[in-house]
Amino acid sequence: MQPEVATSEPIGDEIKTTTCYMCACRCGIKVHLKDGAVKYIEGNRDHPVNRGVLCGKGAAGIMQHNSPARLSSPLLRVGPRGSGEFREISWEEALKTASQWLGEVRDRDPRKMAFFTGRDQSQSLTGFWAIQYGTPNYAAHGGFCSVNMAAAGLYTFGGAFWEFGDPDWEHTRYFMMFGVAEDHASNPIKIGIGKLKNKGAKFVAVNPVRTGYTAIADEWVGIRPGTDGLFVAALIHELIKAQKIDIDYQVRYTNAPWLVIKNEGGADDGLFARDDQGNPLAYDKNKKQLVNAMSGDIAPALSGEFELSNGCKAVPALQLLIERYASEEYAPGAVAEETGVPADDIRRIAAELAHAAFEEEVVLDVPWTDWAGRKHDKMIGRPVSMHAMRGISAHSNGFHTCRLIHILQILLGSIDCPGGFRYKSPYPKQTPPWLKPFGKAGQVAPREPLGGPHLGFPTGPEDLLVDDNNQPQRIDKAFSWDAPLAAHGMMHMVIANAAKGDPYPIDVLFMYMANMGWNSSMNVPDTLENLTAKDPKTGEYKIPKIIYSDAYYSETVPYADLILPDTTYLERWDCISLLDRPISEADGPADSIRQPVTEPDRDVRPFQEVLIDLGVRLGLPGFVNEDGNAKYPGGYPDYIVNHERKPGMGPLAGWRGENGESFGKGKPNPDQLKKYIENGCFWFHELEPNQRYFKHANKHYLDFAVDMGFRLSPTPVVFQLYLETLQKFRLAAAGHGTAVPPEKHRKRIKTYFDPLPFWYPPMEGEMLESEDFPLYAITQRPMHMYHSWGSQNAWLRQITAQNRLYMNRLRAEELGISDDDWVWISSHVGRVRAQVMTMDGVNPDTVWTWNAIGKRKGAWMLDEDAPESTRGFLLNHLISELLPERGGGYRYSNSDPVTGQAAWYDLRIKIEKVSGKVTQETSPMFEPVGTPLDIDMPDVLRFGAQFKDPDENAGKRK
Amino acid sequence: MHPAYSVILFTTASGAGYGLLALVSLLALLGVIPPERWLGVALFGIAFFLVTLGLLSSTFHLGRPERAWRAFSQWRSSWLSREGVIAAFTYIPAGLFALGWVVFGNISPPWNIAGWLTCLCAIATVWCTGMIYASLKTIPQWHQPLVAPLYLFLAVASGGVLLNMVLRLFDRPADIAGGIALAGLAGAFLTKFLYWRSIDTASDTHTAEQATGLGTFGKVRQLEPPHSQPNYVMREMGFTVARKHAVRLRFLAVLFGFVLPIAATTFVLALDASVGLSIATSVLAFTSMAIGMIIERWLFFAEARHVVTLYYGAQTA
Amino acid sequence: MTMLPEKTDKKLGLVIDLDICVGCQACVTSCKEWNTSGYSAPLTDIDPYGADPHGTWLNRVHGYEAGEGREGRTVHFPRSCLHCEEPACVTVCPTGASYKREEDGIVLVNPDTCIGCKLCSWACPYGAREYDYAEGVMKKCTLCVDRIYNDTIPEEDRIPACVRACPTSARHFGDLGDPESDVSKLVAKREGYDLMPEMGYKPVNKYLPPRPARDGRSSAGAPARLSEPQHTQPGTGTTSTADKFFAWADTVLSR
Ligand SMILES: Nc1nc2c(c(=O)[nH]1)N[C@H]1C(S)=C(S)[C@@H](COP(=O)(O)OP(=O)(O)OC[C@H]3O[C@@H](n4cnc5c(=O)[nH]c(N)nc54)[C@H](O)[C@@H]3O)O[C@H]1N2
Ligand SMILES: Nc1nc2c(c(=O)[nH]1)N[C@H]1C(S)=C(S)[C@@H](COP(=O)(O)OP(=O)(O)OC[C@H]3O[C@@H](n4cnc5c(=O)[nH]c(N)nc54)[C@H](O)[C@@H]3O)O[C@H]1N2
Ligand code: SF4
Ligand code: SF4
Ligand code: SF4
Ligand code: SF4
Ligand code: SF4
Ligand SMILES: [Mo]
Repeated sequence: MQPEVATSEPIGDEIKTTTCYMCACRCGIKVHLKDGAVKYIEGNRDHPVNRGVLCGKGAAGIMQHNSPARLSSPLLRVGPRGSGEFREISWEEALKTASQWLGEVRDRDPRKMAFFTGRDQSQSLTGFWAIQYGTPNYAAHGGFCSVNMAAAGLYTFGGAFWEFGDPDWEHTRYFMMFGVAEDHASNPIKIGIGKLKNKGAKFVAVNPVRTGYTAIADEWVGIRPGTDGLFVAALIHELIKAQKIDIDYQVRYTNAPWLVIKNEGGADDGLFARDDQGNPLAYDKNKKQLVNAMSGDIAPALSGEFELSNGCKAVPALQLLIERYASEEYAPGAVAEETGVPADDIRRIAAELAHAAFEEEVVLDVPWTDWAGRKHDKMIGRPVSMHAMRGISAHSNGFHTCRLIHILQILLGSIDCPGGFRYKSPYPKQTPPWLKPFGKAGQVAPREPLGGPHLGFPTGPEDLLVDDNNQPQRIDKAFSWDAPLAAHGMMHMVIANAAKGDPYPIDVLFMYMANMGWNSSMNVPDTLENLTAKDPKTGEYKIPKIIYSDAYYSETVPYADLILPDTTYLERWDCISLLDRPISEADGPADSIRQPVTEPDRDVRPFQEVLIDLGVRLGLPGFVNEDGNAKYPGGYPDYIVNHERKPGMGPLAGWRGENGESFGKGKPNPDQLKKYIENGCFWFHELEPNQRYFKHANKHYLDFAVDMGFRLSPTPVVFQLYLETLQKFRLAAAGHGTAVPPEKHRKRIKTYFDPLPFWYPPMEGEMLESEDFPLYAITQRPMHMYHSWGSQNAWLRQITAQNRLYMNRLRAEELGISDDDWVWISSHVGRVRAQVMTMDGVNPDTVWTWNAIGKRKGAWMLDEDAPESTRGFLLNHLISELLPERGGGYRYSNSDPVTGQAAWYDLRIKIEKVSGKVTQETSPMFEPVGTPLDIDMPDVLRFGAQFKDPDENAGKRK
Repeated sequence: MHPAYSVILFTTASGAGYGLLALVSLLALLGVIPPERWLGVALFGIAFFLVTLGLLSSTFHLGRPERAWRAFSQWRSSWLSREGVIAAFTYIPAGLFALGWVVFGNISPPWNIAGWLTCLCAIATVWCTGMIYASLKTIPQWHQPLVAPLYLFLAVASGGVLLNMVLRLFDRPADIAGGIALAGLAGAFLTKFLYWRSIDTASDTHTAEQATGLGTFGKVRQLEPPHSQPNYVMREMGFTVARKHAVRLRFLAVLFGFVLPIAATTFVLALDASVGLSIATSVLAFTSMAIGMIIERWLFFAEARHVVTLYYGAQTA
Repeated sequence: MTMLPEKTDKKLGLVIDLDICVGCQACVTSCKEWNTSGYSAPLTDIDPYGADPHGTWLNRVHGYEAGEGREGRTVHFPRSCLHCEEPACVTVCPTGASYKREEDGIVLVNPDTCIGCKLCSWACPYGAREYDYAEGVMKKCTLCVDRIYNDTIPEEDRIPACVRACPTSARHFGDLGDPESDVSKLVAKREGYDLMPEMGYKPVNKYLPPRPARDGRSSAGAPARLSEPQHTQPGTGTTSTADKFFAWADTVLSR
């Protein structure tokens, strides 16, 4: 007889909703609990981000939550840095120590405290805290992540790829993806690609490697790394030649008609001609006169030379743009060799783009009103969409390349139209957002808050954070002449600069959720050296005190002096705020929370609580009342509900007002968190159909955005084809104005601050002899791992516990290398031994590996012979934080010269087969770090058994 | 296929044991072997020992040996179950026959019925063992008409060599027993030779292109296995032996399993050597055969390639 | 009960779309997560933090490359039990622990009667059976039998965990015995195929092939390249691309 099977067992006895944090995508999840223990996690179907689905990481959350590498109490270092020798201390001692260290510096010179955060999503709190503390040295990880793309987007069209927008998955007909392996919008991209492929839209992936999303693209463009700018410029060239440009769109939404002054050598050369009120000027063909380019009803000239009132000549911006890209320099035939993309393919793709944009128009029968009050009875879309990420951003030419992509989108008329690329609230912002960085010499004083936010968008040299001698004011040299538009800071430079005391030494380095001692630093060997370097005079560490908050025993923990252990994501409140990197959808703004679904069984505290506690102990203005008492005695939940950034605006936008009657703005609502929980821990406001597109110029959307506090005014966003800000820096480099760069920076500023984007070869390669390092080396994120976190996860590490160096099969054959061989990978700073796997789908000049699989021995509670340590390797050991030495001159950081974005993927290497007796192990092999955790590691994990048999103890920690 | 020692021991020991049982009962019934008590004790003792050792070792291979009895239930579809059923059942006629022989000194009717049954059941058991392998379509090297006969021949050969040795030890030489051993060895050698030729010359019938259905694009190669450390499927079925190694082992299998035992047995049969020398020679034949069998059986597994390897990087199977 | 049922009322199974599977492993870990505390609980992991971590998984995703150059593709290939109609994994089982259900065709292993002889795994061509070393029994995809009929969960969730999780919707679940079901129609439309049909196991699960590439070899309705139109305004006699462009722009704008 066929046995009876119990098919209707209840999953658990309780379901709690919250937000996933196995990565920064922040999907909604439902956590099933049985007897208080987490049993099963599934996606929340109602959630706007993931609509019920989960990814490989999200479904493995249980193993992260139960990881043996979880820290279990505050730690104070007792052995030397790196030894892993710690003493467990009480929270009281930990907080006392931290506030003593921090308070002393704040009283003396707040610059000497640098606070940098990594993969966290609490930047609105951490940033606020740092302002109250008064240090200029605060940033999150954006500077080494993709700030050049964020900046390129924000300066150009007030949005960005990143998390700030999405392709219109519903309507797009032609989707181009540049350099994306996974990205932040992890599930939304997967949902979207699945959808568009089933709808028959064409998906083109531009990527040196054919894996992941690229694998399912209808067409793979296996480009040579760092050359996308050329490829895109050639597409633009073709479109211009064929006159396949949405010219109306240029007139309506861009600065195409704005007149650019031609006054060679003059202080205003290349700036926009403006009227007395500062409005940009255009030439009206009907009125035959100069007019305010911002007025709605003009017939502007797009070409020609016009005389200004001062006698100078000026030409429309579009003319300069068209002239540049019409040049034969950017013809498909001229770029084919450098990019590795055949000219015919470039021509065909241009033709396909034009076809999709102009022959497959999407028309939605939705009347809408533009910013000038003009009514339109339809929404007409050019269904071409694009997305790009680190394949573009991790190169030193990423800012301009990303601008080129945006210009291509704009020329096709495909920004925020049906079928195009869509903004997510609070974007679009102004170009750039009206936010300047604070931290100039005069803005920092002991015991004083900083006057404003640390990070912002300079619009000219006067906004730089340099002193009168042009000395950088920030420890990372962000917003200095080295990296003027470093809108997210330059976290990758902090440790190296601090150890060198360049531009000045610091006393306390405070870090949160960033594995800076390993996979997020460039040049790991030197970084470890910097962390342990001592001042020979005093015998003190050059970076005297390091405070760090991690939740797990990562590689960085042993290098810190004081550890503030965090909870796991299922054990705390969190706030995913519109003031931060929000989870909005193109159809409307959204935010969300995390609620604790279970109590920690260890002596750990949520970092946000700790930060607020420290704020109180330090007496920081935003955290204490006049009387010195805690402003948020209820801790972080109290802060989430009651903190107001501006009157009526707080961390959460949903259910505001005393009774939860409003959203966006409104008085704090004591029941706000309850409302969120009732709604699945998120808030989503769906825009009206007439607000959903053309948000940059849509009256009803712009008004809504003002109401919500996303924008200060309902003025439209004007796309900056020609970027005047850059020209201002160029003029400064030519000696104009009061803020002028020192001589040594001038040539560089002149070259890279071109107001029209251009392509230049990645900088590291340019500074080396290319025959010495003929190959490009890049990394990709595995979809099932999040940076360094995944390897402690008993399920995820089974999928990938070792990484290989992937290379082109034919190229490998030429070098006499075959599968499983061990090779030396050498760059100009070092070499790494790794094992090879050959493949067909990779550009012949490119090698790659999975990011952050390699682990330091002893970290993460893995056995010392774990494959992650013995065979897993990092390319980071080979990536220099500085550009190669040449001619003994000043060494710039290995970054995008405009934004300071770390140029991880500029890495050039050579490969040699290991000869002689082969050690089947990676190299360099660092000393194992010791561990302060005292845990019986299970040999067998039987998770799940305990739900059948409650006596069972599924390898849980003792 | 992974050559598990428990399975090698099981199949070789029980093969020899059932071969011995079959031959002993047959030759006794045909009057070739005298039903002497101590000879019976020795022969049945050895046979039962080997058979039981085999069966026990097969249960070591189980994840849940305490449930082994359940394996008797599915004889209608499963060769393994059939083998278990018949193997266990064989103890009854064999026990009765041994009883008649050893205790009552009688193998004539009705005891002879038990004898004939023993012979039949022993043969059937070995056949079932062979069919367990031969029935697996997933392993082309096993899914062969030669496999079940091969098991049978090897059982006869090892049983014959063993019988011959015991008879010599008891100084009850029987040329027929020697002859059967020789015939078994020759048959097994021939079958094995044909088997090897067949698996060497058979072009692989399954390809990675078929397994994945992706042949329309061209050649299929593994890019990334699903897990970076081997999983059960690979540990169990991904075992391969290097060609060079296999050739060497085949040579040893032939040398020990066939050439030496044939030579030794022929020597004993053909030359009228002293008792001592013929005992020594037949012991040598058996020892050599045992070593040869173990190598042969190891190779039988190691040279078998499961089609599932096509999903894990094998190009053909 | 290892005789196969003469016929099953339904043929429940999965349809896997190789054209949109991105290899994200969501189906892999969600399967593990569900089943490690479900019918097959636990799915043991051995040496979970050590040198040789491995465990029991009911679904795995392979990565292959097929073809070379322009013809080449990278294909992610999820693989779990195909719930075959003629599965030798069932008939070889000596204990009856392995069986095919009459009502829906699901192939299951009874963890209470399996002796762990591993023969079924030898008989499966698809590597769909995984032995749990610690538990001593064989495990395999259950088609989430404890979800799909589970009336303690919302009806829309009564689908396998892997299907529920898959972000690209590359996985579909349904009755492949009913030609009118969505999955059957999808298979017909996309020419879904069987793995190794020559084995004769008649898998129920079907694979949808990757769609042909749409690069230079097939047109997206667009010409192979754009031509350069002439837009010379009378009397200007312009020749440069930029001049022609603006001549054109002027006509467009003055329309
Ligand atoms: N699963 C998972 N998801 C993550 C993360 C993670 O660690 N794991 N990390 C998160 C973070 S912090 C970030 S910043 C995002 C990053 O998300 P992605 O941008 O997707 O990150 P990468 O893996 O660096 O992918 C870069 C891609 O660009 C390609 N590439 C490299 N150089 C070039 C080039 O010159 N041109 C082109 N066209 N392509 C190139 C690489 O082959 C690779 O496919 O992902 C986020 N999401
Ligand atoms: N070669 C190479 N290097 C790269 C990249 C690359 O593509 N290639 N990408 C770069 C990019 S874009 C990024 S964003 C960085 C990312 O690098 P990091 O920002 O360093 O990210 P993780 O490695 O995830 O480290 C985050 C740390 O946070 C800890 N953590 C996890 N959860 C919690 C928690 O809940 N609370 C606390 N307090 N801590 C927690 C983890 O244990 C870990 O130590 O890597 C960069 N490095
Ligand atoms: S993409 Fe995956 S890991 Fe990231 S939040 Fe969503 S479910 Fe969690
Ligand atoms: S979840 Fe879907 S897309 Fe991801 S690997 Fe599985 S089948 Fe493929
Ligand atoms: S796939 Fe394998 S385990 Fe599943 S039914 Fe078919 S033969 Fe049996
Ligand atoms: S391992 Fe279990 S299910 Fe498989 S054949 Fe043996 S008894 Fe049957
Ligand atoms: S149907 Fe269930 S058991 Fe089978 S692969 Fe999917 S999740 Fe795993
Ligand atoms: Mo990042």
